[in-house]
Amino acid sequence: MTASLEVDRLAYAYPDGTQALFGVDLRIERGERVALLGPNGAGKTTLVMHLNGILTAGHGTVTVAGLPVSKDSLKEIRRRVGLVFQDPDDQLFMPTVRDDVAFGPANLGLRGEELQQRVKDALTRVGMLEAIDRPPHHLSFGQRRRVAVATVLAMEPEILVLDEPSSNLDPASRRELAEILRSLDVTVLMVTHDLPYALELCERSLILSGGVIAADGPTRTILSDAALLAGHRLELPYGFTVP
Amino acid sequence: MHVPDGFFNLAVSVSAGAVAAAGVAVCLRGARRELDDRTAPMAGLVAAFVFAVQMLNFPVAAGTSGHLLGGALAAILVGPYTAVLCMAVVLLVQGFFFADGGLTALGVNITLMGLVTVLAGWGVFRLITRSVRSRAAITAASFAAALVSVPASALVFTLLFWIGGTAPVEIGTVAAAMGGVHTLIGIGEGLITAVTVGTVLATRPDLVYGARGLAAPLVLRGADGDVTVVPEGRVGVRTPVRRSRPFLLGGVGVTLVLAGAVSFFASGDPDGLERVAEDEGFIGQAADHAFGAWTLADYGDVGGIPVGIAGIIGVGITLIVAGVVAYAVRRRGHGGDLPV
Amino acid sequence: MSAGHHQLYRAGDTPVHRLPPQCKLAAVAVFALVVVATPREWFAAFGAYALLLAGVAVTARVPAGSVLRRMVIEIPFVLFALAIPFIGTGERVQVAGLSLSLPGLWAAWNILAKATLGVVASILLAATTEPRMLLLGARRLRLPPMLVQIAMFMLRYMDVILEEMRRMRVARESRGFTARDARHIPVVARSAGALFIRSYERGERVHLAMLSRGYTGSMPVIQDLTPSAGQWLLAGTLPGAALALLLGTWGLRAMWGMS
Repeated sequence: MTASLEVDRLAYAYPDGTQALFGVDLRIERGERVALLGPNGAGKTTLVMHLNGILTAGHGTVTVAGLPVSKDSLKEIRRRVGLVFQDPDDQLFMPTVRDDVAFGPANLGLRGEELQQRVKDALTRVGMLEAIDRPPHHLSFGQRRRVAVATVLAMEPEILVLDEPSSNLDPASRRELAEILRSLDVTVLMVTHDLPYALELCERSLILSGGVIAADGPTRTILSDAALLAGHRLELPYGFTVP
Repeated sequence: MHVPDGFFNLAVSVSAGAVAAAGVAVCLRGARRELDDRTAPMAGLVAAFVFAVQMLNFPVAAGTSGHLLGGALAAILVGPYTAVLCMAVVLLVQGFFFADGGLTALGVNITLMGLVTVLAGWGVFRLITRSVRSRAAITAASFAAALVSVPASALVFTLLFWIGGTAPVEIGTVAAAMGGVHTLIGIGEGLITAVTVGTVLATRPDLVYGARGLAAPLVLRGADGDVTVVPEGRVGVRTPVRRSRPFLLGGVGVTLVLAGAVSFFASGDPDGLERVAEDEGFIGQAADHAFGAWTLADYGDVGGIPVGIAGIIGVGITLIVAGVVAYAVRRRGHGGDLPV
Repeated sequence: MSAGHHQLYRAGDTPVHRLPPQCKLAAVAVFALVVVATPREWFAAFGAYALLLAGVAVTARVPAGSVLRRMVIEIPFVLFALAIPFIGTGERVQVAGLSLSLPGLWAAWNILAKATLGVVASILLAATTEPRMLLLGARRLRLPPMLVQIAMFMLRYMDVILEEMRRMRVARESRGFTARDARHIPVVARSAGALFIRSYERGERVHLAMLSRGYTGSMPVIQDLTPSAGQWLLAGTLPGAALALLLGTWGLRAMWGMS
């Protein structure tokens, strides 16, 4: 069976010469929920930008469900990889929630009743159907993040990639989002430095540090290795121990 | 500088409208080369930025007010063709949504604040950076470009006013008010443009259109120690665009027109104009024109200095300063030391 | 969240609000043309135009107070217009002890009347039409898509920039700085640079989010906005009546031998 996502020896430098990735290798099977951990500046966001072809690999390849990311496959790749950005305000740019969720599937060519059904299904999955005709900026931060997830779900992606999904959420919103993510039947790659959230949601974790994958294993094992975490500027919150 | 409805006569409004429409049409074609799928929002941002910058108003003599224009900044950041489109959008939005600038004066406004500022600004910018391509040169060129673009626009405004302004105000008064204040505004605009371009250049050089081709070749290292040097022009990096000749020519053209206008107004205290008119024998025709009655009237002397000349002196100083900056930067360039 | 002073739109459900945006855009543009083409001596025509606009405002339930508040945009040119009779040339008349230029008075009246009518028409348009609908309307009126797109992103970012500007001003002023004269230009210039980068990077992130959802350069149009003949007719009332007034006045004057 082909993996949902396969990254092979990926390297990249920004136009100003700063190199962010130095040869990343990773493989995520269909249905897995994986956390990508790493300190600020480790190259997490840069890696994410490669997964749907926003950045073009300087070296190496990215393959999504058997389809390599290239200029010709961009449209299909972007349907398969659903990227949820860290700041929902970056993701929600249309005047109403309905228009925003419809944006992706409409770009895929859906219209009319089929499009509306997609929008309603996606909003139902994140519990935001009642907000369908409201402007996104009138919603709370937690609600906006859920709508942001819906905008991506509406494209029926092969893999859902979330960039710091728990940042800036109050405890209740954080729990609600966790419940939603657990209920989804898609492959999930969650980029975060919120270690308890990774433990709660993902059975497997990767550590990206210095532009390479530094560790790969069960989340529980990785979070129990204090020396490993300290070596990559990762810390559990005060008073938190891995049960 | 937003011209309201009824400020210019119909002939000027319509002709300026034609000029603006033609200019925008040319730029729509040209912008296709500048805009890739990543730059449309950038253009929108530049437009929004220009809009915001235009809200900083300065009081101008004769009761009107002036503000920063932003055309040079837009040209340097997103390229001249796209810049004209940005300015046109700003003015359309201001006209339709904010009632700032008359709808029938849109052509005049787009011509003055879009075409003229971008042409003059980009012309100066290219003139300086054609031979020197360092960050310092680009920042200095941004200053000079913006500095020139504002009085250039004010001068064309004065020219249009002379051709078809509906208010019977002495042309010298208009020239002085517009020229003088916009020279000052030009200095402010020059500083803001230079600092903005400088800041963007320092943090995101890939975003400055005018700095294309500055980036060094990339070096990629794999984890296994292999080292790859990637030449310029690979996928994802914008290649420098050197299709500047039309704009350079346009800029020179505008400068020539302006120079003509300057020298015309320089002798434009009423007595001088009257004499020129008599010498050239068009004083008889002038009476047939709407402006005939007042262009020749006996006004235009404030505190012993003909006001028209006062305004022109300001513009002249601006041009000289810009020239000196350009000369200095180019000389440095030929000297070969290009600290970035 | 966004208390931007450009919140010109007043929600409502009146015949004016319901008109398709392209009809309203075209109507306002034609109205402005008719106003500008009216000779300045025809006082009655200008009065009638003002009544027409008042009729639209009443139909759209836009209160006079809100129109007046938004007319401050016109102030610089009002000041200019008021100055013309003083600095203007030509024959002078004595009014309340002041020597005023007669052509100057005419010019001031001309600019004030036409600019005011144009400004009020635009205010009414913006008050009854959401910005994004105006953009869709502009698209339907065959405005080049590139311009519409730039305008769309511009409106989207206006809030961001105004908010950032406000924050930066508060930060400056809370440290005892207010921009008063030219010596402060360098400070303002440095903030402009920072403002630009902040807004630019934000715009870039949004664009990446759009690209991630299959955006390829044009917004998908989902709603159907085709106006009916009746709607065009309704929208045509304003410019139609104005044009009829203009032509009627012209006809009457021609008949009576006035010029």
